[in-house]
Amino acid sequence: MAPSRPDANPPLLRIRGLVKSFGQTHVLRGVDLDVERGKVVAVIGPSGGGKTTLLRCVNFLESYDAGSIAIEGQEVGYRDAAKRQRRSEHDLARMRAGTGMVFQLFNLFPHLTAAENIMLGLTKVRRLGRKEARAKALHWLGRVGLIDKSDRLPSELSGGQQQRVGIARAVAMEPKILLLDEITSALDPELVGEVLDVVLSLASEGMTMLVVTHEIGFARDASHRIVFMADGVVAAEGPPAKIFAPDQQSERLRTFLARFSAAHRL
Amino acid sequence: MLQQIVYAAPFLLTGLLTTLAVSVITVVLSLIIGVVLGVALVYGPAPLRWVVRGFSDIIRGIPILVLLFFVYYGLPLTGLNLQPLAAAVLGLTVFKVAQVVENVRGAIGSIPTGQMDAAKSIGLPFPERLVFVIAPQAMRRFLPPWLNGVTDAVKGSALISLLGVGDLMFAIQKVVGRTYEPLALYCFGAALYFLINYSLSLGSRALERRFSYISV
Repeated sequence: MAPSRPDANPPLLRIRGLVKSFGQTHVLRGVDLDVERGKVVAVIGPSGGGKTTLLRCVNFLESYDAGSIAIEGQEVGYRDAAKRQRRSEHDLARMRAGTGMVFQLFNLFPHLTAAENIMLGLTKVRRLGRKEARAKALHWLGRVGLIDKSDRLPSELSGGQQQRVGIARAVAMEPKILLLDEITSALDPELVGEVLDVVLSLASEGMTMLVVTHEIGFARDASHRIVFMADGVVAAEGPPAKIFAPDQQSERLRTFLARFSAAHRL
Repeated sequence: MLQQIVYAAPFLLTGLLTTLAVSVITVVLSLIIGVVLGVALVYGPAPLRWVVRGFSDIIRGIPILVLLFFVYYGLPLTGLNLQPLAAAVLGLTVFKVAQVVENVRGAIGSIPTGQMDAAKSIGLPFPERLVFVIAPQAMRRFLPPWLNGVTDAVKGSALISLLGVGDLMFAIQKVVGRTYEPLALYCFGAALYFLINYSLSLGSRALERRFSYISV
């Protein structure tokens, strides 16, 4: 855990004591997590450990029961974290526009072309004109290597291509932080690389990212810090070198990594 | 037989126009009200959802004829005394609204929740999410059952003759009462209803093609 320090240089994303339950299931039991500007933080851990829920809370796709999530010092879902006063719909939309999210199942809008998927937020949220929005959409489609697919519907694209459009849609909004939710889990193995390459190039340009992933190798190579989540808490945290050093590992993390590498040697 | 039909045609024409007018008014009103209530049923706060759910369940559980009689004969006891035509339109509209509510609920419910998540995540406020993301996708699921319901409305409107509204059915019966030639006239009347509904079906197929953007 990063030592708490005075707010002279607060992290871009600061999560403190985050608690979330679905009925009797306690998914998050007090999560503390910081993401500094320009850093890539990877969240790994067993299924059901609360990784995806954590990410969805940051975008307020899920409300949370206690604790606080602040982006640049602004509380995400509530006007007053202590009083649990939910932000207005308008305020929530404004906060969400500042955080980009890429989904496991892409969630592209099936009735819009690749370019239109990216343009929707630019025209309706960022209030750009159609021409400007299209130019920007094409720029980002170029960046993810899909300039020739700009007028295709999502159903005409492969999974890897769809996910690259998904990334372009999120980044084109120029978010302060990008949230990636197991973005390669639904892809055929041979399509994983093309998507991770895009993420790597964004990381190299200093995009701040919180990445939930099952690609342990990717987490090790691409992230500044790895967070190991289990049973709704941060069970271990540190730079990749520390997380993967066997003498530093907790029993729980060792078991997880061992099981993981066993599964992937098949 | 042709002779009888030629004799009856002028009488039936006004009836036919009444049937068409009542059907159009009912369909338009129920579409507007039903879409609003349907969206309330899916996205509204809990108390509002309960009210709409209760309304829809109760109305759909009542035969349309009972509903029409209730409006025409029942409501006057509460002080609301409606003319036959107004009572007919009100009864049919209430009945149709309940159907449209369910059409809307089904159509929106068929859209994966990830669509709303994605629309939220790019910062679209609720009305924009509904208009630009949910509605275009819900449209193709909404149209087939709704268009089916439109033909139901035209057919169901024959019942308003029982309130004394001079619709097509009423006109047929009046002529039959004079000529005692039920076979020819009911055949002719059936053909008229069929023509209206068949052209609606053809139109609806064209509309569905227009909105099926995914070639599955």
